[in-house]
Amino acid sequence: MKTDDLISMLATGVPPVDRHVVSRRFGIAVATGAALAILLVAMTLHVRADLADVAVTPLFWAKVALPLSLLLGALWMATRLARPGMPIGACWPGVTAPFAAVWLGALYVITQTPAGERAAAVLGQTWRVCPFNIAVLSVPAFIAVFWALRGLAPTRLRLAGAVGGLLSGAVATLAYCLHCPEMGVAFWGVWYVLGMLVPTAIGAMLGPRLLRW
Amino acid sequence: MLKRRESRLLDLFTVGLAGDEATYARFLTELATMLRGYFRHRLPQQAGDVEDLVQEVLLAVHNARHTYLPGQPLTAWVYAIARYKLADHFRAYARHGALSEPLDAAQDVLAAPDLEPAQAKRDLNLLLDQLPDRQRLPIVHVKLEGLSVSEAAQMTGMSESAVKVGVHRGLKALAAKIRGTR
Repeated sequence: MKTDDLISMLATGVPPVDRHVVSRRFGIAVATGAALAILLVAMTLHVRADLADVAVTPLFWAKVALPLSLLLGALWMATRLARPGMPIGACWPGVTAPFAAVWLGALYVITQTPAGERAAAVLGQTWRVCPFNIAVLSVPAFIAVFWALRGLAPTRLRLAGAVGGLLSGAVATLAYCLHCPEMGVAFWGVWYVLGMLVPTAIGAMLGPRLLRW
Repeated sequence: MLKRRESRLLDLFTVGLAGDEATYARFLTELATMLRGYFRHRLPQQAGDVEDLVQEVLLAVHNARHTYLPGQPLTAWVYAIARYKLADHFRAYARHGALSEPLDAAQDVLAAPDLEPAQAKRDLNLLLDQLPDRQRLPIVHVKLEGLSVSEAAQMTGMSESAVKVGVHRGLKALAAKIRGTR
């Protein structure tokens, strides 16, 4: 085909473009992913019985703050990665500072804990299932976020895949907070982080294949 | 100079995005000129692939036009797409040794029925049958039956941009089949 023919074909019957596609796709993806993750928690894991009591403690909100801040940071970075040519340098603190904060908190807690009880503080009661549960809960959000990205135009596929994976992991962890009984900062700093890194790594692995356009 | 080009392109693009066909075509034409220079500079040894890449990027720009953020430098957006497609080209080139054939070859085949109508039509149908529906139907409706893109979209239930992509990719695949490379 001649380039001029291609141009006239492309330019024929172009509808006015919708300016809000990026935010709408991510909005749908996060909402769907969160709703399905909450549904999974309610149906298979059960919501913790004392939720109403702990919901008034600052410690519970410190726990929620980790996935929530990562969700916002990853969402911001993902929307920029979905558009070609957008600088993303300013996005890095959004996806790294929450990790740094929880690790600093964990370090402080560990130093305040007597030597004999440190392992128990890190392992909690549920370390065996926590990362696995978070990874499983992230599946619906992972699919939804990749659907959102596939309709847009990421040009750095591995990074976009990783950040998309982190976003789904953060959504899953937020839902998991409704169930998880662990209230130790050191526990979150290891097992929550590990759980969120699973979809992140899978996203980085699949990004170049799934997001090509 | 650069600033002038940016603001001129941006004006055409903005009006084009609102649905003005003539302005949008002018935007794509100016963009093609700019991209030709960009790729010629980067592929001095593969002159035949330049036009192919220009078309690939025009199609990509068209399909990704909803991802442009108003206020973002338009040339940065375009060059990011061009770089992405160029990297894709190098990957494919490393794999196959050569990228796809120039599209003009397919155009010649579609023009051939003038000479030996029956024969050419049979051959063309044989080739067309090897294409997936998403490429075959757009070519049959738009290029052979002469329907408009939106009519073809209605008939096949595909979106208009899927029809456009199908025509482009399908012609490319046809050209490759004619050369016997795939």
